[in-house]
Amino acid sequence: MGEKDVMLSEPPAAVEGRLPDPDHRPWPWWPPAPARKEMASGAGNIDSTQLDVRHGVVLYLDDISVSFDGFKALNKLSLSIDAGELRCVIGPNGAGKTTMMDVITGKTRPDAGKAFFGTTIDLTKLTEPQIAHAGIGRKFQKPTIFEHHTAFENLELSMKADKRVRKTLFAKLSPEERDRIATTLAQIRLDDSADRPAGLLSHGQKQWLEIGMLLMQEPKLLLLDEPVAGMSDEETERTAELFLTLAGTHSLVVVEHDMSFIARIARKVTVLHEGSVLAEGTLDTVQNDPRVIEVYLGR
Amino acid sequence: MIFARLYGPKGWLAVLAGAIVVFAVFPVLNLVVPPESAFHVSAFGVGLGGKFMCYMIVAVAMDLVWGYAGILSLGHGLFFALGGYAMGMYLMRQIGADGQYRVNMPDFMVFLDWKEFPWTWWNSDSFLWCMFLVVAVPGLLAYVFGYFAFRSRVKGVYFSIITQALTFAAMLLFFRNATGFGGNNGFTDFKRILDIPITTPQTRMALFAITGAVLIATLLLGRYLVTSKFGRVLAAIRDAEARVMFCGYDTVHYKLFIWTLSAVLCGIAGALYVPQVGIINPSEMSPANSIEIAIWTAVGGRGTLIGPIVGAGLVNGAKTIFTVALPEYWLYVLGLIFILVTLFLPHGVVGLVQRWAKRT
Amino acid sequence: MIRRILLSAAFTLASLVFAPLAHALDPAVVARLTSGESDDQVAAVAALVASGEDRAIVLLRALSEGEVQVAGKQVLIVKGEAAVDAVTGAGVSPLPAGLEDVGVNNRLRRELESGIAALQLISPDRATRLAAIKELGANANDAMLPLVNKALAKETDPDIRAQLEMIAAAMELKGGTKESRIAALKKLAASNNPNTKPLLLGVLEKGAEADEDVRRQAETSLRSVEGRLAWAGRAGLLFSGISLGSILLLAALGLAITYGLMGVINMAHGELIMIGAYTTYVVQNLFRAYAPGAFDWYLALAVPASFAVAAAVGMALERSVIRWLYGRPLETLLATWGISLMLIQGVRTIFGAQNVQVENPAFMSGGVEIFTGVVFPYSRIVIIAFAATVLVCMAVLLNRTRLGLFVRAVTQNRKMAACVGVRTARVDTWAFGLGSGLAGLAGCALSQIGNVGPDLGQSYIVDSFLVVVFGGVGQLVGTVYAALGLGLANKLLESWAGAVLAKIAVLVFIIIFIQKKPSGLFALKGRAVES
Repeated sequence: MGEKDVMLSEPPAAVEGRLPDPDHRPWPWWPPAPARKEMASGAGNIDSTQLDVRHGVVLYLDDISVSFDGFKALNKLSLSIDAGELRCVIGPNGAGKTTMMDVITGKTRPDAGKAFFGTTIDLTKLTEPQIAHAGIGRKFQKPTIFEHHTAFENLELSMKADKRVRKTLFAKLSPEERDRIATTLAQIRLDDSADRPAGLLSHGQKQWLEIGMLLMQEPKLLLLDEPVAGMSDEETERTAELFLTLAGTHSLVVVEHDMSFIARIARKVTVLHEGSVLAEGTLDTVQNDPRVIEVYLGR
Repeated sequence: MIFARLYGPKGWLAVLAGAIVVFAVFPVLNLVVPPESAFHVSAFGVGLGGKFMCYMIVAVAMDLVWGYAGILSLGHGLFFALGGYAMGMYLMRQIGADGQYRVNMPDFMVFLDWKEFPWTWWNSDSFLWCMFLVVAVPGLLAYVFGYFAFRSRVKGVYFSIITQALTFAAMLLFFRNATGFGGNNGFTDFKRILDIPITTPQTRMALFAITGAVLIATLLLGRYLVTSKFGRVLAAIRDAEARVMFCGYDTVHYKLFIWTLSAVLCGIAGALYVPQVGIINPSEMSPANSIEIAIWTAVGGRGTLIGPIVGAGLVNGAKTIFTVALPEYWLYVLGLIFILVTLFLPHGVVGLVQRWAKRT
Repeated sequence: MIRRILLSAAFTLASLVFAPLAHALDPAVVARLTSGESDDQVAAVAALVASGEDRAIVLLRALSEGEVQVAGKQVLIVKGEAAVDAVTGAGVSPLPAGLEDVGVNNRLRRELESGIAALQLISPDRATRLAAIKELGANANDAMLPLVNKALAKETDPDIRAQLEMIAAAMELKGGTKESRIAALKKLAASNNPNTKPLLLGVLEKGAEADEDVRRQAETSLRSVEGRLAWAGRAGLLFSGISLGSILLLAALGLAITYGLMGVINMAHGELIMIGAYTTYVVQNLFRAYAPGAFDWYLALAVPASFAVAAAVGMALERSVIRWLYGRPLETLLATWGISLMLIQGVRTIFGAQNVQVENPAFMSGGVEIFTGVVFPYSRIVIIAFAATVLVCMAVLLNRTRLGLFVRAVTQNRKMAACVGVRTARVDTWAFGLGSGLAGLAGCALSQIGNVGPDLGQSYIVDSFLVVVFGGVGQLVGTVYAALGLGLANKLLESWAGAVLAKIAVLVFIIIFIQKKPSGLFALKGRAVES
């Protein structure tokens, strides 16, 4: 508990002076930034080298609440993910899993609560691109890739680089970058389809391509929303292997309904219910928790 | 791979052919071939060609924002007209004291009994200043409007509708005499440009050639943009904007860049249009004009750059023929084009040709 | 001054001496009228007016028409071959010899006109009295005060009484004592007549009124009149704002269904409005041709007809074009714009490019005069009521009927609705027809207050989209508030900055507003909006 107290007091002091103040106004009459702060003029400023995980925690959510027209999607959710951890998150529909990911990636602003990446980066103050730069990658529930681009181009676009307009205008791929893309293509077994438009790939291949795009971003933390939905058993097995190799060097948060997949990769499982954490622990502990059984099987 | 084709030898050959037509064939047929010859191109023909090329520049500009970034603007006519008005101001000053009232002031100002120029006309007798305005006014308006719109994530149809409202509001503003740009008559009766009489065949041909050069430059610039990584990011924004943001791109800046560039291109096209057509008035800002630009692009084929040029030529060619021969039926034809293209030709004429070429 | 003394002298004399002989005109006065001496003639007019006799008005009219002739001492009114004695009214035949015309100069003519008006004040016909009051109100002459008072004593109509009192007060101001002037000013304070303000200002002018008490009273009265005029102005503004709002609402209600609920960008919505207006025009012409007696009732048929025709056109469009473009809003926008061009040209081909005339039924012409000068036209009032009725009907239709249930179901979750057996394609057609029909109703209403031409719809399309977007897509309540709010704002700004600038200001405001709050005034927040 002592560690938590330290973190609660520390982040604001450390954040000061490092991040551009999103509420800054050049003139008094300048309109204040909208509630969702998209003015990411310094999108390139924060990168994953600034991530401070000295306390061993990569993601820290504290008392996060989000409501939509009275419906509480998240209700005082607190969660912390250790560096290098592979965490599985399960829960019935509407438990708030996707909203939680929206909050972490900056798509939704919480009504209350804190969200920190490492100990220094306040996620509630950054835009989506800034958060991506800071080192959080996200895979959507429905595979979201650029269907009109080739698999190769998909990886090229997501590759870690300076992503400001004036750099992108004159960007040329270096041989090293080409090699990296080729390596990743091989890793996700799409080397034969590198020049096919991504829209023509199978559902499982699209899932893999999206995971590949995440890898190209070189994130520290990967958020994966139902990564094996629509995959064959063999593909699922390979995905599990991939995740297990990634864990340790990366932190992963996996949301999944496929319990056999969870069983294959899970070390620690968090159960969400009605917007807050219902139970946490190993898969066995969680599965035997009477409250969890009540939620999944009861009524 | 989709973009690679644009860089192929065929593409370069097409550009070269266009350049020959603009810089050699037209001038020779107009200036050298005697008027009696069947091959002579009349002054009207040159003017028409110049006008069409202005439209083609606008169509390419529209393709950059709509075809590649997925932003359908219903206000591009506004940027076109603003560029035209900036040029028109200069041309009005060039009339000097040769107007109806023989005063060194535009006729409409004398008519309104104005004693001095409004502030908007500051330095308007300077060609360079007006050329700066041609670029700066549409660019600045687009930048400010786009900044707020994209930052607030106004997109899709919403964006289209507010661009339409914007051009509508501007049209009302320019219709007022008090705005200082000639009210509903706009600017006309130009006499000179850079102190050279504007109606001589040589001046007309020069304007024609400049327009052709700008068109080719626009096409090449567009080609560079869409084949660069920047162009791939734009197309990605069009297809899955959220994914692009989660990849770490600040999409606001990308959209803002292409949107502003497109507006500036329209402004330049407008500035070239006015001396060749000889008039600019607020009806250029009517919502109908702007939406027509979209259909040129759609007819030719979105996201192809060359398509919009073809489309602008086809639609305006048809318009020229119909409004002379069968004026009653032009709106039916235009309406049908809108409907048929959206229903049956989602990739436009160029898409059709490509499909046909693939089959044989 | 001399004239005034003369007049009042003559008048006092006349009322004292000749009042008992009420039935015949005084021959002496009649003789003076024909004397040729201006001052005498003017005095005689005043005397005749004061007598209030029926025959006096006949004589004065005849004089102003140049029908009075004199033969020696006898004064005759000659109309063609017939002649009557001006004093007794008896017929005279044959015409005596040596008839001479009586000349009327401009001064006398002015006196005659106001004299006739004054005499008409006691006419038994209400309309005549009202017309006379209007005439007198413009140039009140204090010599007529006794007659006005007389008329006041007889008058029973409250409306006319009020106006007479004003005129009397104005006359008192010119010639009365201090007390009567103050009393008159007090009366003026309650006046709604727009002429009152200049009258009071005249009293306050330098040198016009020496007495301090009277001046003070005039100031008090002026303030109260100005206050009421301001209220009248505000009421007028509010009314025209609500009126414009109701028109915007009518134009936008259909769009609230097709765009707000179904998500179809129908740029031809304005043309559906235009079709409704032309349907009204056709129905009107049919009534004029086949049932001129029932012309006042043509709207009873025009309203359902314009709904039906616009709905039919809308359903045909949905089936033929729009259906294939669901889920592609930008393409829908372009295709429906093409449709709108064809509809405009179609109407031009059939009816010509010129505006056509749609006449109001009799009960819709005229208006309620809330204050003098502030008229609420019946046509506008009817349209406000019509918009409210349409709104209520639509709310009932959407919330209480099976079609409404289906529409809401399909718009919320198409797949689920299909699963439980709703024929979604058919519901789409019906819903689109409903929205188009509402546009037709808007056209029917617009035809009553404005020009009907092929371009009618174009001027409403931007406005109606902005209303729907401003109110929040999918929110009927929002549409209502947005329409009324924009109508009021537009009229308010118009009173400050003129129509064009007001319109521009409203457009720019909405553009900025949408950027601040992209989902409109009454949008649902939440995941549905996000996706």
